[in-house]
Amino acid sequence: MKLERIKLISFGYFEKGLLDKVVKDVEYEFQLPVKTKEGHLDLSLFYDPARRQYDGFRLLKEIDSSFAKETNKTLGLFNVDLYIPILTYIFGQAYLNGRAGIASIYRLRNERYGIFKDEMILVDRFRKEVIHELGHTFGLVHCYDPDCVMRSSTYVEDIDQKDHKFCRQCREKIS
Amino acid sequence: MAKKISILIVDDEESVRDSLYNWFIEDGYYVECAENAKKALTILQSDNFDIVLADIKMPGMDGLEMLKRIKSLKSDSIVIIMTAFATVDTAVQALKDGAFDYVTKPFDPDDLSHLIRNASKQISLIEENEILKDKVISLENVEDMVGNSEAMQEVFRQIESVAQSTASVIITGESGTGKELVAKAIHANSPRKFFPMVSVHCGALTESLLESELFGHEKGAFTGAVYNRKGRFEMADSGTIFLDEIATISPKMQVELLRVLETKSFVRVGGNKEISSDFRVLCATNRDLKGMVEKGLFREDLFYRLNVVNINIPPLRERVEDIPLLIEYFIKKYCSSMNRPIVSVEPAALQRMETYAYPGNIRELENMIERAIVVGNGKKIMLRDLPLMKERNQPTFESLDDLGKKHILQILNKYSWNITVSAKALKLDRVTLYNKIKKYGLTPPK
Repeated sequence: MKLERIKLISFGYFEKGLLDKVVKDVEYEFQLPVKTKEGHLDLSLFYDPARRQYDGFRLLKEIDSSFAKETNKTLGLFNVDLYIPILTYIFGQAYLNGRAGIASIYRLRNERYGIFKDEMILVDRFRKEVIHELGHTFGLVHCYDPDCVMRSSTYVEDIDQKDHKFCRQCREKIS
Repeated sequence: MAKKISILIVDDEESVRDSLYNWFIEDGYYVECAENAKKALTILQSDNFDIVLADIKMPGMDGLEMLKRIKSLKSDSIVIIMTAFATVDTAVQALKDGAFDYVTKPFDPDDLSHLIRNASKQISLIEENEILKDKVISLENVEDMVGNSEAMQEVFRQIESVAQSTASVIITGESGTGKELVAKAIHANSPRKFFPMVSVHCGALTESLLESELFGHEKGAFTGAVYNRKGRFEMADSGTIFLDEIATISPKMQVELLRVLETKSFVRVGGNKEISSDFRVLCATNRDLKGMVEKGLFREDLFYRLNVVNINIPPLRERVEDIPLLIEYFIKKYCSSMNRPIVSVEPAALQRMETYAYPGNIRELENMIERAIVVGNGKKIMLRDLPLMKERNQPTFESLDDLGKKHILQILNKYSWNITVSAKALKLDRVTLYNKIKKYGLTPPK
């Protein structure tokens, strides 16, 4: 089945123009049209009061079942703190070679770490996270190239160190 | 390319299984899940997983019990225990039972990555260790011992049967027959193969040096003993000690050696602390040790202590059928070590090598081949490449009459059949010489 587009669905508030800046790089990396839209979900259903976080795994399932299509790669964008049962937090998650993924901007903000707000850094981190999770939906696993966007990142510092582009091998795999 | 690490996740909570599965899949691992310990054990009986990540609290069999069962399966899997309710006691118990690590849920993504990376490193080390062990075994194998003859096959059989035991062995044989190789083969095939084999050439050391070499010494024990030194018996702990040329040791050393063999403990020269060592003794000699015992030159009690098993290596002249095989083996060995193409052997050179007596046995043949490859034309070993060699003499098959006949003929030829001069040289009168010529039917050369 031929892929038609990538869909970025935002749930919650995102700064004006932020998504537009991300879209351009996503289109360039995947060479596919990218469509953005606002989505609506009752996030309280996914909230865990004990952890004061949102269940990323259930959100991913929800995006996959209610928003994704076979001809699209769909990524849910969130502004809340995500977790999976086994981990204290996640930046995002996706089905490997699947049709859906999720990414959150919550832990990418400098303010979370007691540093001054920086719009440029935030856009840079978010586009990397979005491209990374979409990369998984295209079947890419974590890459050992230190510059590749598919390198595993468990801290924001890791995200800052890598590039927002695929390395040659990863690019060959998705093309 | 690195092998893909396989992970088995065992947890009764579906959300935990699924989220971990997803996380590891993104990292490129091969992942399978089991919802309880019983299912996990069934999977592990048919498939081997590098890492098992198991919850401690599960209905039915818990994680700790499963860990014990996994270890009893002799599985190489690394087990990491997870729990939401950490207590020091359970953590300690898990580690005592053989868990690689113990983690409390939920953990940081970075911790999880580190945990799996560490486990992967451990797996690589185990695999590397296995590969190196195999290499060591192949290096120390009986590969250097070549021979299809019945005599050598018997030696191989003896090595195989004696290797598994801890019995002392005396290896006898002429110089150059490969006694040390037999000792190495026994060690390499024994359960002690992963511990050192320490060789001591008793004949090369004076009595006092040998004592210090075997038992070690303490700092200041004698002039020049500027530091403590471990002896060979101590170095051979859990391994094998090979005493070459055992017949050369002095009566005093024979007494000391007997005591060490009986007690497996000794005191360093200049020391007062008893040191124990678990070693196996192999000895070699080219002398008739039993004959030395009868003459009172070697202690009878030490002889019987050492001579639990005797392996006698036949000289090369008694296994002539092995010579072509040995020639081929040494040609391959030296051509590859000198980075040269394999050379062939001229028929005349081969015939000469096959009929030679080899007083220096295999060592002599080996040196001969090495020399021929060095001085040869690089394609073929020719007769001229071989050192001057006597043909194998067969004194045991000649009678006194035959020897006399040969000698008389030699003298006659030397003096051009001048009977008077020849008789004088042979210290015979002329009539007796004539009679012998007639008796042996000797004729002058044409």
